[in-house]
Amino acid sequence: MKGFGRFRQPSVIPGFGLTLGFTITYFSLIILVPITALVLRSTGLGWNGFWAAALDPRVLASLRTSFLTALIAAGINVVFGTLIAWVLVRYRFPGRRIFDAMVDLPFALPTAVAGIALTAIYAPNGFVGQWVAPLGLRIAYTPIGITIAMIFIGLPFVVRTIQPILEEASKEVEEASATLGASRLQTISRVLLPSLTPAILTGFALAFARAVGEYGSVIFIAGNIPFVSEIAPLLIVIRLEEFNYAGAAVIATVMLAISFLMLFVINLIQAWSRRRYGYGS
Amino acid sequence: MEVRVQNVRKEFDRFPALHDVSLDIVSGELIALLGPSGSGKTTLLRLIAGLERPTAGRIFFGDEDASEKSVQERNIGFVFQHYALFRHMTILENVSFGLKVRPRSTRPPAGEIRRRALELLDLVQLSGLERRYPNQLSGGQRQRVALARALAIEPRVLLLDEPFGALDAQVRRELRKWLREIHERTGHTTIFVTHDQEEALELADRLCVMSQGRIEQVGTPDSVYDSPTSPFVFGFIGESSELAVNVERGDIWLGDRPIGIAAGDNQGPARLFFRPHDIELVEGDAALAGVVASSRRVGGTRRVELELGGAGHRVEIDLPFDHPAGERSRIAFRPKRWQLFPA
Repeated sequence: MKGFGRFRQPSVIPGFGLTLGFTITYFSLIILVPITALVLRSTGLGWNGFWAAALDPRVLASLRTSFLTALIAAGINVVFGTLIAWVLVRYRFPGRRIFDAMVDLPFALPTAVAGIALTAIYAPNGFVGQWVAPLGLRIAYTPIGITIAMIFIGLPFVVRTIQPILEEASKEVEEASATLGASRLQTISRVLLPSLTPAILTGFALAFARAVGEYGSVIFIAGNIPFVSEIAPLLIVIRLEEFNYAGAAVIATVMLAISFLMLFVINLIQAWSRRRYGYGS
Repeated sequence: MEVRVQNVRKEFDRFPALHDVSLDIVSGELIALLGPSGSGKTTLLRLIAGLERPTAGRIFFGDEDASEKSVQERNIGFVFQHYALFRHMTILENVSFGLKVRPRSTRPPAGEIRRRALELLDLVQLSGLERRYPNQLSGGQRQRVALARALAIEPRVLLLDEPFGALDAQVRRELRKWLREIHERTGHTTIFVTHDQEEALELADRLCVMSQGRIEQVGTPDSVYDSPTSPFVFGFIGESSELAVNVERGDIWLGDRPIGIAAGDNQGPARLFFRPHDIELVEGDAALAGVVASSRRVGGTRRVELELGGAGHRVEIDLPFDHPAGERSRIAFRPKRWQLFPA
């Protein structure tokens, strides 16, 4: 523990060594070891083998499908999640508590159930699908369907990160804006939304991460047509079923790298805006 | 801009916060709304600002009826107790906000906005801090930014809601003096809310003392301090001692003894008020006399608590700090100035 001595701040909170040690051990067991094993497994193919597996056209198509749909879903969730959080925080109406509780349902529902339900609704003969089918629009078995499933499972992340910040936002600041002559719209766009930016970014990152990794609900609605609506997690399972464990690990590693990079960038933006707006100080 | 509040009533969910309040505010004056919490002073300020709508009554800005106007249309400057600065904006952006959100037709050009904001920052003595963010400033500095921001829109009336309430005593005194200077320099009609009587007495041209949703007294600090019109005002403004007395045959009696001050024509039980420092020590019987129960040093004087007679009446009086009175010693005094209110 001597090496940590220089990080040590004089503090009334005891147990720095113990808690840091526990944290590192726990972190290693739960996150680092499995990920290291995954990366090691993917290197079993060698440098050229790795890139051959990673740059396979079908793999690239599935990665593109996964990340594009996840980004779009997270983007849509940010807009409507913020709106829902706003309504739940700012207005009192009958049934508000029920709506509030329902926001968490996508957390609780088994993802396969959600997938099957969504497929039934959006299939060409389904409740919604039958109305858009004559327009030549197919939702189920296309990337649109994938996006809808991802929106469903990602919504609570956005609502639940923005809600507490909105609740905390002081009404005085909005009143100050009004006394300075700003219209309601100007107050929202220039005062309220910028102060929500860090929370919105967090919500976006969580919803995005969840959507990229989502498997259960998506595979039912996706149709899983290679090069069209096949997501990367599904391709990993297909590789596993072919006993191509190294191939599966390669796709997983690439997904991991891209996700980590994106989350890291979002984190940096967050840290920057937090510092700037003085949160946590 | 003169402001007239006419028979304004305000209820929150049937709970009355203001009962039929009328107040004329003279153009260019600095008036304090003073009262304990729950007296309705902040509600009155917010009604003038347009942040609340009155349940009944009207509010005039000059000759213009502002009752139905929105807060944006009223063109007022409002300073909040907790600053309410926009924390994602720099100080300069905060101050220019009110000009930047104007519709294009009345918005000054960007260079002009910047020049005016910098000029205001200079007025509030914060030049050089325009690129900081609010969380990098001290409380006193933040409140000065809030004031500059309110002044930027050239308000018709400046409203301040307990502007120094969140600051420590030292900063508060400084800002008080400084607000007075700013007021004299800019000449805005200024209304500020406070529960701190010292602040109100020092700063305001006139006081409006409020209690339980009503205005108790309006007047200059001198008139309110020297001739309070109600027991509440006497007790709330300045130090006071109170005695339950009886008026009989033109004399004031405490228990079975006359206390040597003449009363008017009223008969019956009454409440006698006087200031602890407005007394003279006397010899002899025809006075208020008692024994010292406790004494403590307050600044340059000694505040003595006297127990009068046997009925457990206690009053406070001020003695010179070097007065020899010790515990249990007997002191007789007479209020030099006092006021009687019917009990």
